[in-house]
Amino acid sequence: MSANAHAGHDSHSHSHTDDHAHGSLRSYMVGFWLSVILTAIPFYLVMSGVIENKQLTSIVIMAFAAAQIIVHMICFLHMNAKSESGWTLMALLFTIIIVVITLSGSLWVMYHLNANMMAGHDMSQLP
Amino acid sequence: MDLAVKHNTSVEASAFYVTDEHHAEGGSTMLGFWIYLMSDCLIFAVLFATYGVLGANYAAGPSPRDLFDLRLVAVNTSMLLLSSITYGFAMLAMAKGRVGAMQGWLVATALFGLAFIGIELTEFAHMIHEGATPQRSAFLSSFFALVGTHGLHVTFGLIWLSTLMVQVARHGLIPANMRRLTCLSMFWHFLDVIWIGVFTFVYLMGMLR
Repeated sequence: MSANAHAGHDSHSHSHTDDHAHGSLRSYMVGFWLSVILTAIPFYLVMSGVIENKQLTSIVIMAFAAAQIIVHMICFLHMNAKSESGWTLMALLFTIIIVVITLSGSLWVMYHLNANMMAGHDMSQLP
Repeated sequence: MDLAVKHNTSVEASAFYVTDEHHAEGGSTMLGFWIYLMSDCLIFAVLFATYGVLGANYAAGPSPRDLFDLRLVAVNTSMLLLSSITYGFAMLAMAKGRVGAMQGWLVATALFGLAFIGIELTEFAHMIHEGATPQRSAFLSSFFALVGTHGLHVTFGLIWLSTLMVQVARHGLIPANMRRLTCLSMFWHFLDVIWIGVFTFVYLMGMLR
């Protein structure tokens, strides 16, 4: 009885991991071609300099990178809300929060530090 | 009163002791490996932040515009993307139990990975030859730290890949090997995700400065 239950559980858990651990040919091909497009466009934008405004170009290529990261997560890493009863998504969301805090915090603080320490910035006002 | 306390403790004790808790061997490996990848993600976040802060401090040395060749980076990016898709095909072959096809796709993955490492090392050698060493400026220190760490990850991925190919050749597609191959697949795709950040944040945005 117990062995039976074990085997049942085993085969269930196996098919369970099979479902999203390997994905399908379709998901890999969709992911690949989307990645090719989402890579080619930012390279084209920077190499040809179609958009005059550099700041706008950076925002556009960062949007393409974010889109491609999402494509990779879904098509290649098979992320979804169900795998491991949602714990992979939880870990990912937690990591994203920490990454955003680390990046934006470091850039923000150090930018202001640089701006305020710049020689000649406001020297005449100093006593 | 005494009875009530006794009753309470027995209820709590039974709540902790779950008899039918059973995990198949390796059942939690995927989640554990995912959490490792997330912690690796934090390492890269810190390196990206360092590069973001120091990336414009050239110390009168070379700037990204002088050093980077975007065509080479584009080739490198395609190498890594192709290795990702061939690894995906290997996983599909593994799911169907076709060992030969799987090993073939793994060889293709390894070759694309080697091409990536080769191109990256050529780029590094070229930069160092021109005097753009990690010691030259804060920009170059943070550049080599970030891109070098990614390259090291790919190198270790290649070592792991060849080890697993030997394992599969010796023991076949046993559950343990399938589990390891799935872990490596997550690792490999994860490195491709990091590379998206590298080519966007370091190379493309470096050229825009």
